[in-house]
Amino acid sequence: MFKEYPSEWEGFRFGRWSDSINVRDFIHKNYTPYDGDDSFLAGPTDATKKLWEQVLDLSRQEREAGGVLDMDTKIISTITSHGPGYLNKDLEKIVGFQTDKPFKRALQPFGGIRMAQQACREYGYEVDPEVVEIFTKYRKTHNQGVFDAYTPEMRLARKSAILTGLPDAYGRGRIIGDYRRIALYGVDRLIEDKEHQKATHFVRMTSENIQLREELSEQIRALGELKELGRIYGFDISRPAGTAQEAVQWLYFGYLAAVKEQNGAAMSLGRTSTFLDIYMQRDLDRGIITEEQAQELIDHFIMKLRLVKFARTPEYNALFSGDPTWVTESIGGVSVEGQHMVTKNSFRYLNTLNNLGTAPEPNMTVLWSTRLPQNFKRFCAKMSIQTSSIQYENDDLMRVTHGDDYAIACCVSSMVVGKEMQFFGARANLAKCLLYAINGGVDEVMKVQVGPKYRPVTGDYLDYDDVMDKYDQMMEWLAGLYVNTLNVIHYMHDKYSYEKLQMALHDRDVKRYFATGIAGLSVVADSLSAIKYAKVKCIRDENGIVTDYEVEGDFPKYGNDDDRVDRIAVEIVKTFMDKIRKHHTYRGGVPTMSILTITSNVVYGKKTGNTPDGRKHGVPLAPGANPMHGRDTHGAVASLSSVSKIPFRHAQDGISNTFSIIPDALGKDTRIFSGDLDLDALKQEADNADA
Amino acid sequence: MEGYIHSTESFGTVDGPGIRFVIFFQGCPMRCLYCHNPDTWTPRTGHTETADALLAQFAHNRAFYKNGGITATGGEPMLQLPFLTELFTKAKAQSIHTCLDTSGICYDPDAPESAEQLLAVTDLVMLDIKHIDDSAHRRLTGHSNANILAFAQKISECGVPLWIRHVIVPDWTDSPEEQQQLGYFIGGLQTLRGLDVLPYHDLGKPKYEALGIPYPLADTPPVSKDAAEAARAEIRRGILNRLRESKQHPSE
Repeated sequence: MFKEYPSEWEGFRFGRWSDSINVRDFIHKNYTPYDGDDSFLAGPTDATKKLWEQVLDLSRQEREAGGVLDMDTKIISTITSHGPGYLNKDLEKIVGFQTDKPFKRALQPFGGIRMAQQACREYGYEVDPEVVEIFTKYRKTHNQGVFDAYTPEMRLARKSAILTGLPDAYGRGRIIGDYRRIALYGVDRLIEDKEHQKATHFVRMTSENIQLREELSEQIRALGELKELGRIYGFDISRPAGTAQEAVQWLYFGYLAAVKEQNGAAMSLGRTSTFLDIYMQRDLDRGIITEEQAQELIDHFIMKLRLVKFARTPEYNALFSGDPTWVTESIGGVSVEGQHMVTKNSFRYLNTLNNLGTAPEPNMTVLWSTRLPQNFKRFCAKMSIQTSSIQYENDDLMRVTHGDDYAIACCVSSMVVGKEMQFFGARANLAKCLLYAINGGVDEVMKVQVGPKYRPVTGDYLDYDDVMDKYDQMMEWLAGLYVNTLNVIHYMHDKYSYEKLQMALHDRDVKRYFATGIAGLSVVADSLSAIKYAKVKCIRDENGIVTDYEVEGDFPKYGNDDDRVDRIAVEIVKTFMDKIRKHHTYRGGVPTMSILTITSNVVYGKKTGNTPDGRKHGVPLAPGANPMHGRDTHGAVASLSSVSKIPFRHAQDGISNTFSIIPDALGKDTRIFSGDLDLDALKQEADNADA
Repeated sequence: MEGYIHSTESFGTVDGPGIRFVIFFQGCPMRCLYCHNPDTWTPRTGHTETADALLAQFAHNRAFYKNGGITATGGEPMLQLPFLTELFTKAKAQSIHTCLDTSGICYDPDAPESAEQLLAVTDLVMLDIKHIDDSAHRRLTGHSNANILAFAQKISECGVPLWIRHVIVPDWTDSPEEQQQLGYFIGGLQTLRGLDVLPYHDLGKPKYEALGIPYPLADTPPVSKDAAEAARAEIRRGILNRLRESKQHPSE
């Protein structure tokens, strides 16, 4: 059958991608691996400098205004809710803001109206009373739905913070739309595909099938709105992108529509640099753009990503230590055939840290492999030293599970773009769970029964086998409660705050990960190690609740490559994950677990009483899978070795290790010592002197 | 055989090429005024390790050390020469890159055989020359530098790659003449591969306080990187002079 391909595809190698939605196939048929160094890179153009100065000025004004420059209090943010907004229309190569002007935060009440009100009030704004009335009386929010279904036990566990950071009052995020599809196919082709998906789906009306049919209709509607968003800015994105500039712009419209619709805890971008490089390279080859212009497109794109802003409450900001948006972009990696996927555009993305200065967003994440080209590795190292702004993740580990078109959502959650999504599940505080095991379910801070009334520890000294036995039972309880709480949350999120645009950029039949997480791993490992290898004495308050511990003697501490304690950590991870796996999950989600608290461990520490490892109430838990601060005494390799023992299979949603080191300990200053003495140059000089 | 080991560092990045497993030997005969590891001075104290146990620790994390290896430092590792030789011999048998960070003070030119044995299993020596002038060297470290300079020649003769380390200390080693002199000397070493000029720092001070030893350079300010860079240029000039000379007198 003859089919005419769009003229925008001229110059591309055709393949399966040409007749079905298959971005990966397009990338692999068309990308140009780059092995060279960073010398080709261009600095910022005058337009870039001017725009960035304007941004810095606005940032300063925002700081002076107390953190927020302007807020929308009346218009409810949707994909098409606002007219166009610009910094400087004449200079911007990539356009589009969340509202009608930069730095103005949108009103996004679908997650919860109270959260939206609080966020406004905190900065001296008031949500329009009519909007409040609509979202209280007539339009239910995710937050209301969740609390309608929560059990008293769930509310209590939430209050005591044994379950923490649950996405029950805010957008869950952690879903990555395949924004590349918009550039490659144009929106009309995507709508056509979705119509086909709907037409060919089951006709037997079970609740599952009804839900999916409704969602597909929502997705199609969202794609229509996406086209409208393009029109608002003067672009026709119903057709595929024909140039590099259009490709970046189309892709960004997709992302922009997502953040206009959802205020998610992490709104990640995906894996776009090598995809876009194909367009850049085609335009460079055609002589349509120069390297300066290519870099300018990326600079302006990244500038937009840096300006994504949400209206959030101070509590939210405290939990996440700031106001992160987690615009994570995954760069590099190696294909399943063994070919690295670094392109010139991988360099250009990182080069924005030079051209626009350092920034935490977008969260540039290098998918690291031993097989990345040496020049790229060198460039990464150089940029890390200069900016401390690059995150690294182990591609060799994740490729085995996800292939070569996955991306990172938030900080460590890996998923195949457009084919997998996750239900974000915050985390269970395993350190507190250990204290519940010791106290028979009584919370050590609130002094009330939160967990089941199991038998508490009765002796003066903690006995390892006794504590382990009790801990196992308490984890059993916690895992069940945790999974069921998340079931409620995700059911309601789908119902009242469905991510229709992002899901429109997925296949119909997605794999859903049911993500859980744990906090306090190193505290638990060290506590159990103390109980096993030293003597831990219980100190009880007047009600007989153990509130403090005395450790007599020394014990092996996690983070020193010491198997005696590292094995305990591994065992805890495996045990808790297995308990999670026993439970029914909403929509057949595949359970996974993360150990990744990068910032919220500080808040969790405040809510966790004294622990048997000698840690005091209020002291932050270590981040992610980190050893407790200062307890890793054998250098970085030993510390990393301990962390690397945690099996990815049982913590597939990611294991994070926050690694800080004084620069001098990473190697000699290049000014003082450059490795080898330049003997050849010296000899040459000696020769020249004779001549 | 067992050696007295002060401690180990699993992530050494400044003591030789690549990421290295660094073994700090206990005991040192030198008393350099600026020593920042006074806790490693006393010999035959602290805990002991076998070579096999140390190499097992290395092997456990070998993936990290692909471009690195082990470094023996201290203290003065050559103070425990038989143990050190055993350690390096066993390491070489496992194709591990061996690096010796030494002051050279234990070398005896009249009985060079044991040192030659060690050099045969050493891939790189980082020799710390504290001062090129003998009397200044005595004041700075309590010892003559004659054997140290002889050891430098020996390393060169044995064909073992050599890095020279030199610490810039205000009032002690900051004169351009002495720096050129040092350069002139090391310019004659055939296996010279690197030059490491380190600015003096006082990060060792708290250790002195903890050990109850008065800190000899209490009034000496830390050295800037600029000053160290300038010193490096002077030493380099000295090396150049030597190279030119040996070109004119090839017999040398």
